[in-house]
Amino acid sequence: MSPDRHEAAPRQAAPIAIREDLRLVASMIDSGARVLDIGCGEGELLYYLAHERDVDGRGMELSQNGVNACVRHGLPVIQGDADNDLDAYPAGAFDYVVLSQTLPATRNPRKVMQNLVRIAHHAIVSFPNFGHWRIRLDLLLRGRMPMTALLSAPWYDTPNIHFCTIRDFLALCAEDGISVERSVTLDRLGRPFSLNPSGTLANLLAAQAIFQLARPGG
Amino acid sequence: MSLSVPSPTRAVPPLDRPGHRLDVAEPLALDSGVTLAPTTIAYQTYGRLNPGRSNAILICHALTGDQYVAEPHPITGKPGWWDTLVGPGKVLDTERYFLICANVLGGCMGSTGPADINPATGAPWGLSFPVITIADMVRAQKHLIDHLGIARLFCVIGGSMGGMQVLQWVASYPERVFAAVPIATAARHSAQNIAFHEVGRQAIMADPNWRDGNYQEHGLRPERGLAVARMAAHITYLSEQALHRKFGRNLQDRRGVSYGFDADFQVENYLRHQGESFVERFDANSYLYLSRACDYFDLAAEHGGILANAFRGAKTRFCVISFTSDWLYPTSESRAVVHALNAVAANVSFVEIATDKGHDAFLLEEPEFFATLTGFLEGSAEHLGLARA
Repeated sequence: MSPDRHEAAPRQAAPIAIREDLRLVASMIDSGARVLDIGCGEGELLYYLAHERDVDGRGMELSQNGVNACVRHGLPVIQGDADNDLDAYPAGAFDYVVLSQTLPATRNPRKVMQNLVRIAHHAIVSFPNFGHWRIRLDLLLRGRMPMTALLSAPWYDTPNIHFCTIRDFLALCAEDGISVERSVTLDRLGRPFSLNPSGTLANLLAAQAIFQLARPGG
Repeated sequence: MSLSVPSPTRAVPPLDRPGHRLDVAEPLALDSGVTLAPTTIAYQTYGRLNPGRSNAILICHALTGDQYVAEPHPITGKPGWWDTLVGPGKVLDTERYFLICANVLGGCMGSTGPADINPATGAPWGLSFPVITIADMVRAQKHLIDHLGIARLFCVIGGSMGGMQVLQWVASYPERVFAAVPIATAARHSAQNIAFHEVGRQAIMADPNWRDGNYQEHGLRPERGLAVARMAAHITYLSEQALHRKFGRNLQDRRGVSYGFDADFQVENYLRHQGESFVERFDANSYLYLSRACDYFDLAAEHGGILANAFRGAKTRFCVISFTSDWLYPTSESRAVVHALNAVAANVSFVEIATDKGHDAFLLEEPEFFATLTGFLEGSAEHLGLARA
């Protein structure tokens, strides 16, 4: 983050560097929108959205270091988490809510998802695909809990307690009447695939997926 | 200036408090239904108001604080209570912002309070002074802000009872507050908070010198009672860890216990000292009134029982701050405020600072606390287009 962004000088033309999956998430968000980023870390995405897309962004983060870093950089962020702190928001409070790589770490993913599509017109959710062939192979051949670039912690040390495959995720959406507005599947290096996200191939080849969801009529 | 410490049997002499005072002739309609007039607001300012009058920060002091935020106290000579935070180049930068702090209504450092003379009787108010509330304090402060010609405060900030005033400011005058920083506070006083305050009040009232609140007329001061009130309250401002780290079971200037009731332990000696030095600078009746104002504070009750309604429509940017070891105003109280603000989709930041220093942490140099404040103020100043000095 640029330390001297409060200077009145015109903003530099060079775009802010950002992780590829976050850039993809950002590309789904309209300029000037109201956005809540849950699990916003140190505020990379919020900072990018505020400065590149003129977004009115809010953040939620569990770690004190993350929250403090955000507030230090002038980003409005509260210490909280998806399980406990979404109920207070009214329906339609935001245009977009973003839950990036955090869903498997929530205690009650189903309730979190329902809250996401309640409080925002569009929910953008990304998660590691537990159906990826390497994960399946690890479990099948090695008999050990898989560890990948996205799921890098050993089983006893991971914050992720609710893994799902792309198919599992889509089944839950269907069951709860949540519609998929857009989707992107990514390979191991974070490059987008052109695969039908609900197909067998995507569930086997995609390392992660990003879905834009909405509640019909919501 | 030099001042003698009042002796236990002498009334506090009227002091020439350094600083500004505003005399308000216009009657102040209090929550209790009583109208108070005239009133005086004693205040201090630091820094300069810019030509656009857009760089003013109102600092709200806590129960036993006062307007001497960043200068030696006129009675004790000790540094200002937020000296670490306020000054040139500091977090509340006097080269950039215009800082205002007023002694609260009901206080005893120059603003109208129970120790003053009731113009109707010519005698000190004592307990005939009307009960005041946090909202009444804020009403009085608004007179001052109007007088200073400030249409909108850049920020209102305060801890503990000061934080209650911050919340009340936004609830009462949302359009007058661009940014709000309630620190280590709550939107209502809990049963535990009220209980501790009641202990303090009973200690004061049990002092034979209190004389039903008429001690001034008898040339007395209920110093023992007030000191005990302070001692009890002081424990609630610290954490168990902080007390243990500071004192443990260490003995005071002795090798063994005395098998008596002297201050054998350092912690006893410390508390006695806290009590004794407090009575030099504080009026007992004022303590009763201000503690009562905290107890009566319940922002949700004023808004149909729903806290969110207190903030509905407010455009104010909030930064709510709590401290992990503060058991007097625990994080759960701040979180309730944050949830209410979320419910009206307000612009809110919330940080819980990890510290073992208890409630008093808001008065101390805590690097994460300072960094949070700096970041929030910078971000807010940028949004307002407030140029750097």
